[in-house]
Formats: sequence, C-alpha cells, structure tokens
Amino acid sequence: MNQEIIPHLFRTEFRKIATVLCRHFGIDHIETAEDIASDTFLTAIDVWSYKGIPDNPTAWLYTVAKHKATNYRARIKSFQDKVLPSVDIEQSYQPDIDLSADNIQDSQLQMLFAICHPSIPAESQIGLALRILCGFGIDEIANAFLSNKETINKRLFRAKEKLRLEQVRIELPSEPAIGERLETVLTTLYLLFNEGYYSESKDAVLREDLCDEAMRLTQLLTENKRTNLPAVNALLALMCFHSSRFPARKNAQGELILYQDQDETQWDYTLISKGAYYLQQAAQGHTLSKYHLEASIAYWHTIKADTTEKWEAILQLYNKLLQISYSPIAALNRTYALSKANSNEEAIREAEKLQLTNSPYYFTLLGELYKGIDPEKARANFEQALPLAKTQADKHLIAQNLLKINGNCL
Amino acid sequence: MDEYVLVMRHEDGKNLVSPEQMQIWMKQTMDWIGGIAAQNKFVSGTGLPFEDARVVHPNNIVTNGPFGDIKETIGGFITVRAESVDEAVEFAKGCPVLQGEGNSVEVRRVASR
Repeated sequence: MNQEIIPHLFRTEFRKIATVLCRHFGIDHIETAEDIASDTFLTAIDVWSYKGIPDNPTAWLYTVAKHKATNYRARIKSFQDKVLPSVDIEQSYQPDIDLSADNIQDSQLQMLFAICHPSIPAESQIGLALRILCGFGIDEIANAFLSNKETINKRLFRAKEKLRLEQVRIELPSEPAIGERLETVLTTLYLLFNEGYYSESKDAVLREDLCDEAMRLTQLLTENKRTNLPAVNALLALMCFHSSRFPARKNAQGELILYQDQDETQWDYTLISKGAYYLQQAAQGHTLSKYHLEASIAYWHTIKADTTEKWEAILQLYNKLLQISYSPIAALNRTYALSKANSNEEAIREAEKLQLTNSPYYFTLLGELYKGIDPEKARANFEQALPLAKTQADKHLIAQNLLKINGNCL
Repeated sequence: MDEYVLVMRHEDGKNLVSPEQMQIWMKQTMDWIGGIAAQNKFVSGTGLPFEDARVVHPNNIVTNGPFGDIKETIGGFITVRAESVDEAVEFAKGCPVLQGEGNSVEVRRVASR
C-alpha cells in the first residue's frame, strides 16, 4: 500500500468528515464526530492494507463515515425510544448525512463560528480549530504551542464541555450579531496565523501549515456573501503579505534573517499581488479595522527600497493603529518608523518615554537607534537586551550586534 | 489613572494658511497623537473643522461659526489617560498648536463617572 496516501487523505478529509458530522448531530456530539472521523481512517488502514486502495479513496471514506454515523444515529435513536419515549416527532426525522462539497463548505464555516465562541479562551479556540477544522493531531497541536499532549487534551476537553454547556448552535449568527461574532473569529484566525509565523517550534513544515490553514479559513469567510466583509479581506491581505516573505526569512540553518538583510528575489510575488487584491477589496465601505492598518503596513514592507515616502506612510499607519489598538510591539515598531521618517534623535526621545523595560525589543530598538550616535549607549542597551531575550534567534542577533560594536571600538 | 481632555485653542481661526503649511501641521499633530498612543495613554479625540460651524445664542439666535466677536476658537480636543495633571500637562506641551502665537492647550480632568 502507498504509505503516503493515508496521511495525505487524513490531512484533507478528516476535517470535512468531522465538521459535517458535528454540524449534523449538534455540538453535544462533537467528540463523537471526531471519533467517527478517526475511526473511519482506522478502518481504511485495516481494509486497504489487504484489499488495496480503492479507485476513489475519498468516496470510500465518505461511504464508511456515513455508515458509521448511521449506526451511531440508530444507537442514540433506540436509546431515546427506550429512555425518552416522549421526544417529539421532529427529532426522529433525520436528513441524510450530506458530504457534498457545498455542505462541507457550509459546515466548515458554521463550525468556525461555533468554535470561535466568546465563552472559551482564545488559545482553546485555536486548539479546537486546529483539531476539528484543520484535522491536526494532538501531538502536532502540542508541538505548535510548545506544550505537551496532556495539556492540550485537557484544554480541548474543557473547551468542548463549555461549548456543550453553552448550547452553542452550529450556524451563522444572525445579522445583528454577526459583526461582533466575526470579530472573535478574526482574532482567532489572526492568532492562528501568528502562531505559525512567529512560532519557536523547530518544525518548519508545521509552522507553514498553520499559516496556510489560517489563510484557508479566512478565505472561506470571503467566499460567503454574509461574511465577506472589509475586515475579513484586510486580514487575508495581511496574511498574504506576511506569507510572501516565508521563504526569505530563514537561512539554510533555520536562523531568522532580518527584513533588511532578506533577498527580495525570494519573496513570493504571486502572494503579494493576491494580498494587494484583497486589500483593495477591503477598501470598500467605511470600516477601518486594525487589520486594514496592519495590512497596509505589510504592503509597504513589500517595497524594499528605503524611501522617505515609504517610512512616512508606515509611521502614519502606526500612529493610527496605536490609537485603535495598542500593543507594545506596535509602539516599538512605530518608534523605528519615526527614526526613518523623522530622525534618530526624535525617535530616541520618544523611545525613552515608552519605558517597556521588560522587553528585549525595547533595548534592541534603543541600541539600534544609538548605533550611529553614541556607540557606548548602543552597547549598554544591547547588553541590557541580552538577558531578557527568550529565543535563540533573538540572543544570536543581539550577540552579533555586540560583537560588531566591540569590533568597531577596538 | 484619570482621564484628561486637552482642548486646543486657536487665537484666530480665520487666518488662512497654505495647504503645505496645513500638511506640516497635520503630520505634526498625527505624530504627537501617535506618540501619546504609543505610551498607551490615548483615549479618543477629534479635530473640529470650521465648515458648518454654528453658534447658538440666547433667544435662539444662530450665527455662523464660532468667529465674529470671539477671537479664540477651539480647533479640536483629545482625551488622554494620565497619572496626574502634571503628566497630562507634559502631553499638552508637545501639541503642535502651541507653535502659533496666542494659541493654547487647556488641560481639564474628566469628572469621574
């Protein structure tokens, strides 16, 4: 038997089966949906290893999944008939399990809203999305979160309990609520993407997978009229621009390459133009979300040349971004843009007001700004950054800076 | 932490400035606000354009714009978070409006809810 085919099918089909079944049976049966989907693959491994792979493996999986689901339904129905004879007739009518492309897409979209429910914490939403909507294994999720299987299992278990308790419905929220719920969905997709983009996990393939999945799910939102809103397009544009730099941001040893040292011929220009398309789509209407601003900043970074126009535009975008959504990293990036658009002196004055003294990036920024002005102060700042740095990549960069400064002082 | 409103007052709103000068002020104002926001101290704010400005007087008398007899006009305001009025004053000192002779920034604490 071809060893590749089952993991490949698992990757593409598990999530479809799991979401359609969960949508079919309701959130109470979320674990059963997962179990039936897993079980379907176990049966495939069993049968295919002595009978060979069927002509249409996907159709085979769907038939087996439907069969298992029908059995499960018969079991709960007989339980209900015996134990709860009074259930209304409506419940005894059950449509067929529909694994058509349309229903798979609808189910994924509806499950996305159910999973990104404000009643469960963001990290659980990401975990559940990875499990149910993306078909990731528990160990892959644990690897992505730099955690262990037990912790992830517990986290997912509690999240599923909560969704059951809250009686979360698997549907697109109604018109007035959809905007608010969409915000939670977008936050989760944004975090899922960042998890992949900034992950410390050694597994490069896994990291790109996380980003691809976040993009796939965001794209899903753009394909439905009700969820194809400006902020969604802006987020997708942001993801496209960031992903375009994937191949250029690590060297052969897996070390991070800083933006200014990247080889821009390695940037993915198909993704950049895709991002530009979605950013244009996002410009419709009057909404200006943080995703619009972040995507516009990312757009300017796809232009490598250092012009005043570029840095002035980036500075003004950060000025606006910080007004609607503060984050320490945006504050530091804004100060860097200020040095490029205005002057290092002004940026140093502004940086010292930030007092983000437990962030290594605060001191690396100051070190960077002082480089051409006062090497002693630059060195002192990099030295303060070093013990605060948490990742090997950051430590390495700081150490390199220190070496360079010390070399110049000799 | 309290909230303070910084009210920007112009000596004479009728003074016409060149579009280039206007653009420089706009950038300085945006950089000033961005600097406050970068310290996570920005709450909200807005500019107040002179078009469509009206002043309502006693006996329902309405005049165009806050001009005429009044020489001083309000150009905009922002609300900031600050530990003390002194910190709010430090923010106000950076306001580009103060480059104009006779202009001022009034710092007022927002009455707590």
